[in-house]
Amino acid sequence: MLDNTANPNLIVEGKLADNERLKRESDFLRGTITEDLQDRITGGFTADNFQLIRFHGMYQQDDRDIRPERAQQKLEPLHNVMLRARMPGGIITPEQWLIVEKFAADHTIYGSVRLTTRQTFQFHGVLKPNIKNMHQTLASAGIDSIATAGDVNRNVLCTTNPVESELHQEAYEWSKRISEHLLPKTRAYAEIWLDGEKVKTTEEPILGNTYLPRKFKTTVSIPPNNEVDVHANDLNFVAIAENGKLIGWNVLVGGGLAMTHGDTATYPRKADDFGFIPLEHTLAVAEHVVTVQRDWGNRVNRKNAKTKYTLDRVGTDTFKAEVEKRAGVKFGPSRPYEFTSRGDRFGWVEGVDGKHHLTLYILSGRILDYPGRPLKTGLRKIAEIHQGDFRMTANQNLVVAGVPADQKAEIERIAREHGLIDDLMTPQLKNSMACVALPTCPLAMAEAERFLPELVENVEGLLQKHGIGQDHLILRVVGCPNGCGRAMLAEAGLVGKGPGKYNLYLGGNRVGTRIPKLHLENVSAEVILAELDTLIGQWAAERNEDEGFGDFVIRKGVVPEVKVSVTDFHA
Amino acid sequence: MLTNTLPPGLNPLTPEQSTQMQTLLTTLTPIQQAWISGFLAATAGAAGATAVQAPAQQAEKAVLTVLYGSQTGNAKHVAQDVAAKAKARGLDVKLVDMADYKPNQLKNERYMVVVVSTYGEGEPPEPALKLFDFIGSKKAPKLDGTKIAVLGLGDTSYEFFCKTAVDFEERLTALGATVLVERALLDVDYDDHAAAWIDGTVDAFEPDLKADAQPSNVVPLTPGMAAPAPAASQWTKKNPFTAEVNAVQKITGRDSTKDVRHLEVSLEGSGITYQAGDSLGVYFHNDPVEVDETLALLNLDGAAEVTVGGQQKTLREALTQDLELTQSYPTFVEKFAEATDNDALRKLASDKAALREYIADRQIFDILREHKDGATPQSLVDSLRKMQPRLYSIASSQKEAEDEVHVTVGVVEYNAHGRNHLGGASGHLGRRLADTGELRVFVEENNNFRLPADPDAPVIMIGPGTGIAPFRAFLQDRDADGASGRNWLFFGNPHFTQDFLYQVELQGYLKSGLLTKLDVAFSRDQAEKVYVQHRIVEQGAELWKWLDEGAHLYICGDADRMAKDVHDALIQVLVEHGKHSVESAEAFLVEMRDNRRYQRDVY
Repeated sequence: MLDNTANPNLIVEGKLADNERLKRESDFLRGTITEDLQDRITGGFTADNFQLIRFHGMYQQDDRDIRPERAQQKLEPLHNVMLRARMPGGIITPEQWLIVEKFAADHTIYGSVRLTTRQTFQFHGVLKPNIKNMHQTLASAGIDSIATAGDVNRNVLCTTNPVESELHQEAYEWSKRISEHLLPKTRAYAEIWLDGEKVKTTEEPILGNTYLPRKFKTTVSIPPNNEVDVHANDLNFVAIAENGKLIGWNVLVGGGLAMTHGDTATYPRKADDFGFIPLEHTLAVAEHVVTVQRDWGNRVNRKNAKTKYTLDRVGTDTFKAEVEKRAGVKFGPSRPYEFTSRGDRFGWVEGVDGKHHLTLYILSGRILDYPGRPLKTGLRKIAEIHQGDFRMTANQNLVVAGVPADQKAEIERIAREHGLIDDLMTPQLKNSMACVALPTCPLAMAEAERFLPELVENVEGLLQKHGIGQDHLILRVVGCPNGCGRAMLAEAGLVGKGPGKYNLYLGGNRVGTRIPKLHLENVSAEVILAELDTLIGQWAAERNEDEGFGDFVIRKGVVPEVKVSVTDFHA
Repeated sequence: MLTNTLPPGLNPLTPEQSTQMQTLLTTLTPIQQAWISGFLAATAGAAGATAVQAPAQQAEKAVLTVLYGSQTGNAKHVAQDVAAKAKARGLDVKLVDMADYKPNQLKNERYMVVVVSTYGEGEPPEPALKLFDFIGSKKAPKLDGTKIAVLGLGDTSYEFFCKTAVDFEERLTALGATVLVERALLDVDYDDHAAAWIDGTVDAFEPDLKADAQPSNVVPLTPGMAAPAPAASQWTKKNPFTAEVNAVQKITGRDSTKDVRHLEVSLEGSGITYQAGDSLGVYFHNDPVEVDETLALLNLDGAAEVTVGGQQKTLREALTQDLELTQSYPTFVEKFAEATDNDALRKLASDKAALREYIADRQIFDILREHKDGATPQSLVDSLRKMQPRLYSIASSQKEAEDEVHVTVGVVEYNAHGRNHLGGASGHLGRRLADTGELRVFVEENNNFRLPADPDAPVIMIGPGTGIAPFRAFLQDRDADGASGRNWLFFGNPHFTQDFLYQVELQGYLKSGLLTKLDVAFSRDQAEKVYVQHRIVEQGAELWKWLDEGAHLYICGDADRMAKDVHDALIQVLVEHGKHSVESAEAFLVEMRDNRRYQRDVY
């Protein structure tokens, strides 16, 4: 650990947040989780363990739909856990998929596999007696869920881009290496869940013995596609290639979308470009962006603990200089790059290696057998014959990647038969996204995933009404302001405020490089749709060529542009 | 309800004590009275025995001893009627619960009436076990010259109808006793037949007793009179209180295979008091929809006037409110066969085994549906027996619930013979009764299922399924008393997420420390079924430690399988951890039972 006393002004003094205590007392993330697993009286975890299981990739949740009913029945809430797997770059093999989907069918309340914006899958509704079995099943498939939640570096994203297969392969390998380099060193996960040998942990050299002040998110992205939404992440390695060969990265630091309703000291913020580094410094830079944030991040107030606030507090230059000092690296001038898209390329594309890739739109990432749309069965059948791999995208969709030409027809047939390809899906649907929210997410204040189909149908209606039915806006709905569904990078973002009530944010752009601004506060879907009706009507009539909805509302002054979040967002 | 005046001359107190007592009594709420009575009754454990002994010495002065062995209170009530009748004739009577009776007094008895029920596979009720075993053992005394009369209560739908009463009579006569009155073996509708037998019995005993009697001013005491009995309420089985239902709440989850309801019934204004361990008697109505369907099928007019229990009513009303239509029993088939001149039913009734099988999963509704022809309104009514109230273990302590009484009702529901079946009482309570409904209730005292008098004594409670009900009452009771004794509960049911009855309350008791230990078994949450008996064996060392330290042991719930399996598990624990042989383990439990440290309420 570095000596922080050298820079006393860089540390926030005060009474440490309680999470700092629980991390310190946890014996490197062990706590008394093992004892809780033996407790047959509650389906939940007690005290600190409730938080500690997050570092092992799980959240304690309950079915909120039936919470009042169960209270009347004198039953505790239907406690269960959600598990988020660690899948750097979102690649999962068909063999792994079959194990994952079978576990979901056999041992989860909802039976679904949920693809998420962290480019991984989640199990929802796993009861306590099944948790150990779940980790062991995943381990048998070479999957773990270490550090996919909690105050650590979480699952590392990587642009799926199967077309430029060589470049993607390199970027993907880096995402895995970064993920592993930044993992906790404690053996707690293996000990608790896999009955691993007990080995005393004495130090966390990178994350620190009390881990990070707050969650930390990292991406590896391949321009021009910004599928990973770099500005939602603390640390981003933007691939710089020369002649199709990866040579290094522009490093973007300090993005993040989470905020707290009513707290103007919190805000979504874009990442700052620290400049270019060659490949050989990747791990050193990753490590020391983490260690500077570890040492300077706010451990007194968790709502101001993320890297973005540290940057605004100490100054981006100070932070960057410290990273350079610790890593022994100088950031070079930023290399030119451009993001021109964010969405997934649905349907078939052919890669440079001659393999074919099929991107499937998965509504809200929820893979389940629906009436008339047996998505889960369809994917199982594909997995049974597929020779390539699957890639979960950061937009919650799925790519069937690496299909030889002679298998295209068969895979497409299965996909069509099971509702995985539907030609009637509109561009608007394919550019809409929601987080999980109710009934499982404990933070949700309003519906998101369950509200999305209705909302999209209404917005589709508005687009048709104004004669632009094949156009779209980036539309995102989230149940709370914590950022999972990245509404704070949408052209129109709905953020849950209370049951049936949302804040409407407008003015993000198509490619995800601008933070939207609050337009309507605490309003119903009807009010939002009425406003969108007016604005879409104006957009259809008055837009410039190729002008997106978000750019249009900024140009028209419907909302002022957020250039610097700390000053503009709440202004 | 207690009177607040001490009966003059009817108490053993000094005038000074009498005044103090009188002062105290006037300040007491019914709940406080109940508590004091329970406290005195319990702490007088040893003294109570003396109270029984005192009149035993009077046996030489020609006392009629009325012994009862009662599971649900019916035998007790008949015995009380016998005692009352005899007293009214000026006879000295000693009324004793077999559980309180010291077998070594038997040699002194000269005139005895035995009222005993039978349950399960012809087994004696819990409180009768000690005496029953004694009179079959080598220690049993000669009873030459002792005159006896035996009355049995049972249920003809069981194979071994009234077997215990027959066994009692056989064992007593084998010891030399003479049968003075021919025994009566009565069915569920015993009420209608008991009075005649009681009259005949008192007639038969009266001359001998009067001839033997010597002047005596000793007041015969019964244990119940050692302290004012809280159940001395005007509201009884024959005169139930019409109570308002405050809540009917399902307490199993939405995906449960079981429908268990928690009922809160208001006793406000009744003055009814109860103790943890007592049961609530409940009258119910048959399903009116089902009654109407049956009337239509039988082509009978619901408005037809019939006579039932000496009263004129419509047939519909009689079938809905007065007559048993759910629980089948053999005599119905016999009577109905005759009433409708039905040869098929006659043939069935003549083959006991076939008849038992036939009625096993059929309600009377089913039998009527299968034999629709030939009944008239009155012949149907005459074929049916009077509806009997059902007893539910009380799930609350009055110290906490105050004016309310709570019960835990498992709704009986199954599909058979082409239709859905609901239990008579459980269907009424769990499904048809609205939150604002009314219910006719009474409290049935159960002195054989009581918390230890010593608040410091540890308590082990084994109550899977709805067997948890009285233990909720026990826990509330100990909580209200601030009793310091440790409490350990074993609970089981099919699924943790759906069937953990009173889960949140029990979690609260664990947190507050009232519950020292809570062990649960959810049988269907894993491939191998796990029941409470498995947890008992797992916890054997600790369980033995508790027993060795004087813990009281209680079991409530299913008699058929659970009670036996738990018994076997306890024996295993005693053998493995208590250095017992199987025989000495059995004896250990018998001794615990005789010392009131092992009590069961199984059904």
